[in-house]
Amino acid sequence: MSYQNLDSFRDPEVAKTLSGLIAESCQSPMRIMEVCGTHTVSIFRNGIRDMLPEDITLVSGPGCPVCVTDQKEIDDFIQLARKKNVILATFGDLMRVPGTQSSLQKQRAQGRKVKVVYSAFDALTLAAQNPKKKIVFCGVGFETTAPTVGACILEADRQGLKNFFIYSAHKTVPPALDALMSMDTVIDGFMMPGHVSVIIGADAYLPLVEKFSIPCAIAGFEPNDILASILTLVQQKEAGESKLENTYSRAVSPVGNKKAREVMEQVFDRVDASWRGLGVIPGSGLSIREEYERFDASKAFELPPARSAAPKGCICGAILTGKKIPPQCPKYKIECTPTDPLGPCMVSSEGTCAAYYRYHGAITKVY
Amino acid sequence: MKDQSILLDHGSGGKLSNELINSILMPAFDNAILEAQEDGAIIPVNQGRLAFSTDTFVVDPIFFPGGNIGDLAVHGTVNDVAMCGGVPQYLSVGLIIEEGFEISQLKIIVASMAKAAAAAGVRIVTGDTKVVPKGACDKIFINTSGFGFIPDEINLSASLAKPGDRIILSGNMADHGVTILTQRESLEFDAPIQSDSAALNTMTAAMLKAAPGIHVLRDPTRGGVGTTLCEIAKKSNIGMKIREKDLPVDQSVMGVCDLLGLDPLYVANEGKLLAIVPPEQAEAALEACKQDVHGKKARFIGEVVADHPGQVVMQTAIGGARMVDMLTGEQLPRIC
Repeated sequence: MSYQNLDSFRDPEVAKTLSGLIAESCQSPMRIMEVCGTHTVSIFRNGIRDMLPEDITLVSGPGCPVCVTDQKEIDDFIQLARKKNVILATFGDLMRVPGTQSSLQKQRAQGRKVKVVYSAFDALTLAAQNPKKKIVFCGVGFETTAPTVGACILEADRQGLKNFFIYSAHKTVPPALDALMSMDTVIDGFMMPGHVSVIIGADAYLPLVEKFSIPCAIAGFEPNDILASILTLVQQKEAGESKLENTYSRAVSPVGNKKAREVMEQVFDRVDASWRGLGVIPGSGLSIREEYERFDASKAFELPPARSAAPKGCICGAILTGKKIPPQCPKYKIECTPTDPLGPCMVSSEGTCAAYYRYHGAITKVY
Repeated sequence: MKDQSILLDHGSGGKLSNELINSILMPAFDNAILEAQEDGAIIPVNQGRLAFSTDTFVVDPIFFPGGNIGDLAVHGTVNDVAMCGGVPQYLSVGLIIEEGFEISQLKIIVASMAKAAAAAGVRIVTGDTKVVPKGACDKIFINTSGFGFIPDEINLSASLAKPGDRIILSGNMADHGVTILTQRESLEFDAPIQSDSAALNTMTAAMLKAAPGIHVLRDPTRGGVGTTLCEIAKKSNIGMKIREKDLPVDQSVMGVCDLLGLDPLYVANEGKLLAIVPPEQAEAALEACKQDVHGKKARFIGEVVADHPGQVVMQTAIGGARMVDMLTGEQLPRIC
């Protein structure tokens, strides 16, 4: 896509028209959940809340992969970093996330080999370059990330690498939304994640729409993508409709990326997974299939039994389910800051608390 | 020199140290004050105020598109002195070199320093070299200190911004930080991106001549434009309003930032300045900035306001508003 085309998704005149239509259409209070953390950040960065009528409340959902990573998984990453002869490869988001006792950043400061990578394939390259070391990649992410990690495992298999391991903490989005709707949450519409939808396809949400009769819109990440999805959600609610609308059709097809899904299915099994703040959600995790278990770090390394404890007083769960917003947390900005976080929501670049901390001040509608 | 790499003996203070100094450093930084080889530089001083600054450079990689650790070390300190309103004149150089470092690379770095110093009109008049065992530092670290005299009529401070002042940014944001990141991680992009590392003292001199009433000059290095503006807002206890549509970013740099989840507002620059200028001198300051080779893309990015003291608010490109806060910790690339 050219930058000229991209500009239209940031055009202030288009934004003004869309926000005008939203205000015109909105007749009653509505709570919209943006499922994806990248949406949360884009909403804050572009000042979109400032452009919406007061009746619309945007709440953030469980769509930041770092934020929903269970405390036990974070602790396991830290344990793996402490193993002799191991280089732990991770995306940057995880570095500052506090485990029960430490963090990867603190482990690195103590001399452990923790390497920030930009792709799972970088970890594969590390393994090829360091045959005497064991390379463990922290597999965190949703359907967006899992296919690439799966492809890495297939490539490691092809190359016959014996020093490459994945700790799979991957999670899938649709089961989480189902679980969320089964909780006592008040959500009038979902803004569905763009990147995840590219892989799983728009049709993947149809069962949810049918089961819970809730308006859904798949949204891109440019400001006008987001405003367009809000408009369709408001129009649906006011018309008493509940359907799935794809406002990101330039990237998301009804069936998604078949090849990526096939790789995911080939390498991973669907298992129950524990989500931070949400508990165990059936069928929402991806574990490495038996056929590829020699690459599974959770089996190749001895890890301590679960003794992990989430920090006391942290209301991550209420925030990830849209029941509360970060300023309602007693620890927010006092005991929990980006440099000294209690939970991952405050440290991940897509975290709700981090977005509030960085962008949300007393000032709104001043200009 | 016979050996092709640095030995611990090169830092011993003995014969090899002397050889290193006399064969590489002295010819490169050639000037009479240095040649005296006293324990320190003896410098004639004028009356007035002295701007004095020091900085240590530990950049990885040491060679990058647009420069290397050597010219960066000169530019960084020259700019710090210039932002105080000083006319940079003399620098010191402290080299910490890892055992085994290739002398051919040292020569390139030193030549770059000499060239950067000459271009900025400063002299390197004293220095120090230490060699540390392999692994005790990463290739080469450079400290530079520098000073210059501040003309009587100039009075710059981050605490002097006043409501009504206009804010100038001298060019595109984030070029240096994104260059270093992409080089460090061997990220390959089609678009050519290079560091903006440059000495800005010619630009500051021209701006101060055209607009001697400038209140603040700062170079937004680590922490980027966003953090620097927040610091000024807090120190001056004023508010700032900036406009996203006026913030210049190269499209390739923006593309990398988008991909990695980085906000260019917080990415480091090494050849840009922010100026806070009283409204009556603002156009003259901008014009002077634009006349400089490093300031062609300079523009007004916002104003100082009396509202919300201590805070910077940005009008977003689509017409919303958001807070600009200081960067907390290093920006880390995201998962998806």
